[in-house]
Amino acid sequence: MTNQFTPETPDAELVRLAKAGELDAFEGLTNRYEQRVYGLAMRMLRQEQDAEDVTQQTFLSVLENLEGFRGEASFSTWVLRIASHAALKIIRKRKGLNTVSLEEATEPSDDLNSVPHPEFIADWRQSPEHLVERNEVRRLLDDALTRLDEKHRLVFLLRDVEGLSVRETADALELSEGNVKVRLLRARLQLREDLTRVLGDPARQFVRSHHHHE
Amino acid sequence: MKCEELLALLNEYVDGTVDPSVCVEFEKHMAGCNPCQIVVDNIRQTITLFKDGQPYAMPVQFREKMHDTLRKKWNEKFSAK
Repeated sequence: MTNQFTPETPDAELVRLAKAGELDAFEGLTNRYEQRVYGLAMRMLRQEQDAEDVTQQTFLSVLENLEGFRGEASFSTWVLRIASHAALKIIRKRKGLNTVSLEEATEPSDDLNSVPHPEFIADWRQSPEHLVERNEVRRLLDDALTRLDEKHRLVFLLRDVEGLSVRETADALELSEGNVKVRLLRARLQLREDLTRVLGDPARQFVRSHHHHE
Repeated sequence: MKCEELLALLNEYVDGTVDPSVCVEFEKHMAGCNPCQIVVDNIRQTITLFKDGQPYAMPVQFREKMHDTLRKKWNEKFSAK
């Protein structure tokens, strides 16, 4: 039985074939998502060996659990969920903790009222289009990501870098949508603050004299 | 709309999911509040920068090794059936 599939073949079709024992289909799925998983792991962990471990574990887990995958979520969301948990596990291990639970973390900080106000407000000296070309910018971005709490970092990476919807991010991380939204807002605001301190034009910094004007 | 209210709606505005009537209020506030306008611009630029940033390429050697491992596991799994 030989199956031909193209880049247009839907994931669901490859999943069906892989479940039926088609190695080619499984490899097709792996080829589609391995770079994204590796990239997510690198941005979460900043360590090649750990990112490789996460990537391999993720696809081993896909292989093991494919039969149980019922397609309630899309395959991509499912893969990113597995990868997210694997990455968190490593972070928790680094910290000497054993828990991997994400949902435990409904903390007071996950409240819209506690979202920090922007402090450093200035136009950037260069456009993002120019900035991405510069090598030192990646370092800057990664440093800013590292300063985020991992719960916020993961939400930001899934939503804004991987392009999952709020709903899908919530599914992947087993969080409520409300929780995802608050974490995303905190992440975006903190990254903005960090990047603006470096990329903002001090000559055009806006000094807020009062906080609550209409 | 106050700056704080704008802050709470920032995600929805940037993602284009804000209610149209709220959107009008939001933009009215921004038109009269330079710092909020800059913050919204900065947020958009921040997202673009991460989204379009240079991706991490998976090392080729690792990729080959992983595919070998997966193939082996696959064969174990399916020959056991």
